[in-house]
Amino acid sequence: MTPRATAATAVRVLAQLRRDPRTVALLIAVPTVLVVILHEVFAGREQVFQRIGGPLLGMFPFVSMFLVSSITMLRERVSGTLERLMAMPLGKLDLLAGYAIAFALVAAVQAGVVSAVALGPLDLNVERPAAVVALAVGNAVLGMSLGLFVSAFARSEFQAVQFMPAFVFPQILLCGLIASRDEMAGWLRAISDALPMTYAYDALSRATTGPLGPRFWADVGVTLGVTVLALALGAVTLRRRTS
Amino acid sequence: MESNAVDPSIAVRSLEVVRGRTRALDGVSLEVVPREVTGLLGPSGSGKTTLMRAIVGVQRITGGRVAVLGRPAGSRDLRAQIGYMTQAPSIYADLTVRENLRYFASVLGAGSGAVERAVSLVDLVAHATQVVSTLSGGERARVSLATALLNEPEVLVLDEPTVGLDPVLRFDLWQTFHRLADGGATLLVSTHVMDEAERCDRLVLLRDGRVLASGSPAELKGATEAADLDGAFLALVEREGGE
Repeated sequence: MTPRATAATAVRVLAQLRRDPRTVALLIAVPTVLVVILHEVFAGREQVFQRIGGPLLGMFPFVSMFLVSSITMLRERVSGTLERLMAMPLGKLDLLAGYAIAFALVAAVQAGVVSAVALGPLDLNVERPAAVVALAVGNAVLGMSLGLFVSAFARSEFQAVQFMPAFVFPQILLCGLIASRDEMAGWLRAISDALPMTYAYDALSRATTGPLGPRFWADVGVTLGVTVLALALGAVTLRRRTS
Repeated sequence: MESNAVDPSIAVRSLEVVRGRTRALDGVSLEVVPREVTGLLGPSGSGKTTLMRAIVGVQRITGGRVAVLGRPAGSRDLRAQIGYMTQAPSIYADLTVRENLRYFASVLGAGSGAVERAVSLVDLVAHATQVVSTLSGGERARVSLATALLNEPEVLVLDEPTVGLDPVLRFDLWQTFHRLADGGATLLVSTHVMDEAERCDRLVLLRDGRVLASGSPAELKGATEAADLDGAFLALVEREGGE
């Protein structure tokens, strides 16, 4: 790994995003609008908004970075730039780390804006707001790692977009946000135990409600571990030689 | 080889590439020496691109051996010494010409003057700050070519570098190719334009994944008693067919 190539990759990915202001605007504005809608939907039941509001702040970046990174990497494959890079003295980890830095920065802005709106005008109570924003950035990198990995299995942008409901929606349904995991059938709970978002949600939920105990740190550990695993799997899908 | 005392910088021995059910390359052997422009000639589908990809080290091969600068093709330390221009311009459409080149220059570890030198070499100074997606096809091809020239590599593998360019620019680029060869570089350039083939020091004719003939343009014409290379190529195809 060389820091020069990693930094250059991060700068390049950010420059590409800057050329697409509409995508940036959507990335920043959509989560905020969704949180406002959520607040209004539960206008009469404030406790529901208070329970799921905090965790949602940290889950938006997961979803958006999953999408953005899988499409960006797919374009890199289709346009031939990936092949060019693989023929150059660029480490696979340089490329992945460059992506991770760029998308983590975007996620930090995204999470910062949506948190400011939720914690300010919408009166969301979060015990550990800094931990929620930090988890949001971590989830962005997790979403990005999974997105980069699954993009290897997409041949077109249509397919890449379909991976979103396929990979992300089941995790949202099973992570405990929609229904409590304690009330799930045993087999559903077993599946949910194996999904990374379950741990991300649990950590966010603990940061929302109270002190950061050992369970919180265990959740953080699992989330980080899955991120590293997904990045390693992503590196395996970057082939120097293709047929 | 003939009485050529120079060590070849590219040595291909009995190279076979099978892709699916087709035999893209069927026992190709050839040598490319430094200080010369070697032209790779053949109809589309003859295996030119596959052969070039094998030399660059991005093609999965089925059999045979490819050595570049004395090392197996695809070796890690070769990546900084080979410049490769793919047939479709593999550059970032959403970045400017200069942003593209700056990124690839940092990946290659090329010096600070490399970007401006490459931009003027392909006559794109006036377009340096333009976003690639707004360029014409020929201009994009030149950005891609500039990328291959960035670090002044010892070996240049150029896949149809002058397609879609006007005659003046084509003439300039061929002069550049010869200047690079005079400076000690090894150039392998594919083309299907016969007047470009005339400008090569040596030619390799490829057909159906096999080397049909090789030699200087004069040698090929002399051997077939043809007036031009088109005629020589036809005569060679007929001769093989009559075996």
